[in-house]
Amino acid sequence: MRTGPSAVLGRSEAADAPPRGAASASKRGGPKTAWAAHTALLPMGATVLIAYVASILWTLRISLSNSKMLPRNDWAGVAQYVNLFESDRWLTALANIGLFGLVFIAGAVVLGFLLAVFIDQKVRLEGVFRTIYLYSFSISFVACGVIWQWMFNPTLGIQRSLRSWGWESARFDWIATQDMAIYCVVIAVLWHSAGLVMAILLAGLRGIDDELWKAARIEGVPRWRYYLNIVLPQLGPSLGTAVVLLAVSVVKLFDAVVAMTNGGPGDATDVPTKFIIDNLFERQNIGLASAASVTMLVTVVIIVAPMVYARSRANAAAGRA
Amino acid sequence: MTIAASPGNTLSPRPRRAFFTPARLGVYFFLVSAALFFLLPLYVMGITSIKPMTEIREGNIFALPLAITFEPWAQAWSSACTGLECNGISVGFWNSVRILIPSLVLSVLLGSINGYALAYWRVKWAGWFFGVLMLGAFIPYPVMLYPLVRMFASVNMFQSIPNIVLIHTFFGMPIMTLLFRNYYSSLPIELFKAARIDGGSFWRIYFQLMLPMSLPIFVVALILQTTGIWNDFLLGLIFAGRENYPMTVQLNNIINSTQGEKLYNVNMAATLLASMVPLVVYFVSGRWFVRGIAAGAVKG
Amino acid sequence: MSSVSIRSLDVVLGKNRIIENLDLDIEEGEFVVLLGPSGCGKSTLLHSIAGLIDVSEGRIDIAGTDVTWADPKDRGIGMVFQSYALYPTMTVERNLSFGLRISGMDKADIKTRIDNAARMLQLTDLLQRKPAQLSGGQRQRVAIGRALVREAKVFLLDEPLSNLDAKLRAELRRELKQLHQDLGATMVHVTHDQVEAMTLATRIAVMRSGKIQQFDTPDRVYAQPSNMFVAGFLGSPSMNFVRGQLRRDGGRVRFESPALRADVSDHAFVQAPADAQAAVLGIRPEHLRQVALEAPRNAQATVGLIEPMGANKIAWLDAQGTPLAIQVDPQTVLTTGEAVGLALDAKHVCLFDAASERRL
Repeated sequence: MRTGPSAVLGRSEAADAPPRGAASASKRGGPKTAWAAHTALLPMGATVLIAYVASILWTLRISLSNSKMLPRNDWAGVAQYVNLFESDRWLTALANIGLFGLVFIAGAVVLGFLLAVFIDQKVRLEGVFRTIYLYSFSISFVACGVIWQWMFNPTLGIQRSLRSWGWESARFDWIATQDMAIYCVVIAVLWHSAGLVMAILLAGLRGIDDELWKAARIEGVPRWRYYLNIVLPQLGPSLGTAVVLLAVSVVKLFDAVVAMTNGGPGDATDVPTKFIIDNLFERQNIGLASAASVTMLVTVVIIVAPMVYARSRANAAAGRA
Repeated sequence: MTIAASPGNTLSPRPRRAFFTPARLGVYFFLVSAALFFLLPLYVMGITSIKPMTEIREGNIFALPLAITFEPWAQAWSSACTGLECNGISVGFWNSVRILIPSLVLSVLLGSINGYALAYWRVKWAGWFFGVLMLGAFIPYPVMLYPLVRMFASVNMFQSIPNIVLIHTFFGMPIMTLLFRNYYSSLPIELFKAARIDGGSFWRIYFQLMLPMSLPIFVVALILQTTGIWNDFLLGLIFAGRENYPMTVQLNNIINSTQGEKLYNVNMAATLLASMVPLVVYFVSGRWFVRGIAAGAVKG
Repeated sequence: MSSVSIRSLDVVLGKNRIIENLDLDIEEGEFVVLLGPSGCGKSTLLHSIAGLIDVSEGRIDIAGTDVTWADPKDRGIGMVFQSYALYPTMTVERNLSFGLRISGMDKADIKTRIDNAARMLQLTDLLQRKPAQLSGGQRQRVAIGRALVREAKVFLLDEPLSNLDAKLRAELRRELKQLHQDLGATMVHVTHDQVEAMTLATRIAVMRSGKIQQFDTPDRVYAQPSNMFVAGFLGSPSMNFVRGQLRRDGGRVRFESPALRADVSDHAFVQAPADAQAAVLGIRPEHLRQVALEAPRNAQATVGLIEPMGANKIAWLDAQGTPLAIQVDPQTVLTTGEAVGLALDAKHVCLFDAASERRL
């Protein structure tokens, strides 16, 4: 998971908001026509126009047509979208990603928070623990999917181990069951990304005035209540960042599923991105795939926009205060 | 404890304090359990990759190997079947390297030039474009994929190393630009002003003042991009071309499309091999890796 | 009865002995200031009284109870921190009531206490605001209010004014002093600012390297410092020091040095001085006056720098190599390079042993 989206949430969101901590570009000494600057920024301009704007508009166009294997220049109105939401597979994928998202985000936030809080207790070997919790984040999702596929292997993996340790009738073949396979994916991705949440929250914890704990001690506030009533409310921004990052990676979920279960058993772990890729390249139905892509885009905007809006208002308020 | 009210010469005795209170033990118990959870897959990967298949079929996934063999590693590297060919994942390794290096150079360099220009120079249209770029960081890839495929196909570049390099540059631009822009904004503007007074032009200031001062942020950028590009799967699958599949794609092929019996030890060895570069980057960079995350995420 | 009593206190942090064998008795209702440069142990002492730091040896009693090993919450103390440490996400009312609610106090009792405290501190209208919406002075009052609602016997203040700009600092200083008068509570205040100490304290404990150098009222600490460190620490500009010798001459004692000569027979010597004893004479700038060169004088000096302060002028002089500062009326005209005569007020002379730096 790239940390790209997280970057935006740390700074003022408006496109031309001045960089914090220094005079804005307009106050800096740049002359009015610095051709070198214009030409230097052309790659960025080209990237934005071509790779982002043009491609999104084109996809939108395709989603409104009857294209199958190749783009067709006709107009189908919202037919593709209707097809999409009548497709069992798409609906299953949506349900899967919804369930995955809820359980994963909740789990990652709780685990990341606990890890951050416990590490913050001035433990020995703090650096060692932190290194251990974060290394999994550096591995690819494919590798993550592969390793957990192996661990969850019904005949040779954990189930076998549990049985060989005496628990004869142990069942841990979740990965092969329709209902439980998605939770295997949850565990794998949780293992991968909880460290990120920990890192973000730990940074947030360290930003809290440590005289607050002294004041709380004097008042006789026990440590757990201190974390609950005083620390947690202050972690709002960090938690928000973590949740949005996690949500974006939920929407993008693909590699881990392909490596681990390839969508199976059946449709049990199918996810929207896989649906789109399959329709684009295997099933040759680019119209449907495009409609699905646009739907995904809208979902992301709905998730991210309030966060961005709230953050820029908070920034503005802090700037005024 | 209350003692009689005359603070005379009697000094109160020090109470015995347990070194490990229950709370403290609880903290360590949790942390160690969590550490075990995180380390378990690595352990399993490691021992599985050095066990002979007989042990794997008979034994316990957690048991230590009775007979250690490095044959799976050799196989994974040079003879595992990644689709039609059976030349091991080493092919993927070199592909990944060939993809990584130009992508790295291009994306980091452009990011730093963009960041510099945005931070210090007035370019009217740049602000809006930068805003769209930032939004682009959130957009899921599928929405942009097919048009990009068509675009590259129309100039005969589809599924080649240049293709995938450009793709990585496109999709890496938001975070790279943001990283550098924030960094350059945090430097004292007086340096830039002094350079302008000395007659520096856009490029001269960039190469002679900014670039030398950017070492820390370059390290962070390299770490972020190396990890991101090396671990990429979807983009490499679509844009690299069959001969140029990166290690992640080949790994998936080895695991999931092998006919016949699955050689789990070879699979695990291949996984470890594919993860080697990012793991090394992580362990070597330590604090810088965390800084990379923090550079993206918010401070408190 | 003393409110805080400390005996033979040793505090060791890591490898460093921060506080060594310290004794201190604070009376009820006093405003004691722990004054000293950074690293002198004043903050450590305050934190030890609060129970935030464990002591290594010694005994602390608060209001007659031995609290050496008690938890901070059982010591009957309240503490105000440099950053005020108000819980940022809670309203003023919740800030005040949080500790009480945790301890399970009855809601009605909590309300009574908060209302009382709010009335005393003029916070009644601010109860629903959050800390970010309060001014510096209001925050200080809320921080004190937290201690007040717990009916603390001793208020500990850890440099609460140090982070503020000069104007606000002066304002809050006066508020603090007024509060002390209104509440009559025992307060222990830590600062490195000697002006703060002088204006606020009923008694000042000047500290250096973990030891109390002198513990006395501001007037006495200022006029009769017990050693050169205390003498130099209080007063701005600081006391002038001149090295020289004491000479016994008949029944008189004189101080002689190349820079300055004076008859110091009226000095309250602790022990009879020896002849030719090496000594340091201390005299504050406001106790030196300019006299005509021909008039009887103690010293002669050349004018170096002049600093107009508004209410007076400080002139920095050179007396045969020894720098001296004098305070003069704003109307006095002095020019750089001018030779002036100086006379001192013998009542205000302080004499110190050159080696031990203690008061003679």
